[in-house]
Amino acid sequence: MGKFAKKDRSIPELNTSSLPDLIFTTLFFFMVITTMRETEVFVEVHVPAATELVKLEKKTLVSAIYIGKPNRSMRARFGTESRIQMNDKLQEVSEISRFIAAEKAALSEKDQPLMTVSLRVDKNTKMGIVTDVKAALREALALKINYSAAKRENLFE
Amino acid sequence: MPALQRKKRSMPQVNSASTADMAFILLIFFLTATSMGTDKGLARQLPPPVPDEFKNQDTNVKKRNVLNILINSQNQVSCQGEILDLKLLRKKTKEFIENKNDDMDMPQKVILKDLPFLGNVMATKNHVVSLQSDRGTQYEVYIKVQNEIVAAYNELRNEFSLANFNKPYEELDEERQKVVRAVYPQKISEAEPRTYGGTK
Repeated sequence: MGKFAKKDRSIPELNTSSLPDLIFTTLFFFMVITTMRETEVFVEVHVPAATELVKLEKKTLVSAIYIGKPNRSMRARFGTESRIQMNDKLQEVSEISRFIAAEKAALSEKDQPLMTVSLRVDKNTKMGIVTDVKAALREALALKINYSAAKRENLFE
Repeated sequence: MPALQRKKRSMPQVNSASTADMAFILLIFFLTATSMGTDKGLARQLPPPVPDEFKNQDTNVKKRNVLNILINSQNQVSCQGEILDLKLLRKKTKEFIENKNDDMDMPQKVILKDLPFLGNVMATKNHVVSLQSDRGTQYEVYIKVQNEIVAAYNELRNEFSLANFNKPYEELDEERQKVVRAVYPQKISEAEPRTYGGTK
């Protein structure tokens, strides 16, 4: 009898035992190439384009200052004039020295002169506020700065 | 006989069907919590603050050694007193820094003595590119001008290194790069802005 039993004709199931491995591989890929997002940005920043860019080397040595118009959620409280953001707050120019001192204190003595301030400034900002920030940075002895910009091959097209 | 056969006692396998889901959750966490894209920008070194007693002294730089670039509040760029198209700025800056024909109104050439690999080289060591903006200048224009100046330096260094070492500047070793940098040092002065015709 057994010989004539009907053969099971269902489609064999797809073997998924290697699926976790696949996903783990993509996970490790993303863990390696990305960096943790540092802060939530409250100002609208579209950085200008430039061709002669230098990469910012060590992330731990970089502190960012954002300058731009407050975004939609902040507009009600801060208006539409360009503002400065450091850490997680919109702040005044006078507070830059405190910010820099705190950022410097977080670094080891050896790294302190290498600290870089990345200025992420919206392209429609007026130079006035940028200059105030630069003067404050000079006073605070944070002399290495980096004007953040987006890569473009040719500016005149 | 079959009834007395020993039962197989293998361990039950752990059900691993959910590992994929766990890994997915981790993956999604990293996708949302991290950001790609490295930061790039124009690197610049600010001058140290000036002590008060020197504040009102003019530093003694000869007039021919200074390239004055001004940007007004209407985003017009002027170079040595005349309005200039942004596209021509790079060429003008290069001509100024290089001073091929040793013109009298371009920066003075000084002999750099005993450079490694090259010996004595004439270069405009004391030149300064002075960039001054208005408080009303748009930041984008300011960056464009900065970019053109840096590009002028980069092109000059590249040409120099191709002529002397047969290699582009980027591919030179550290010591040769240092020599090229000594011949064309980046000297950009970002002066405090004034308000030229700001409120009209």
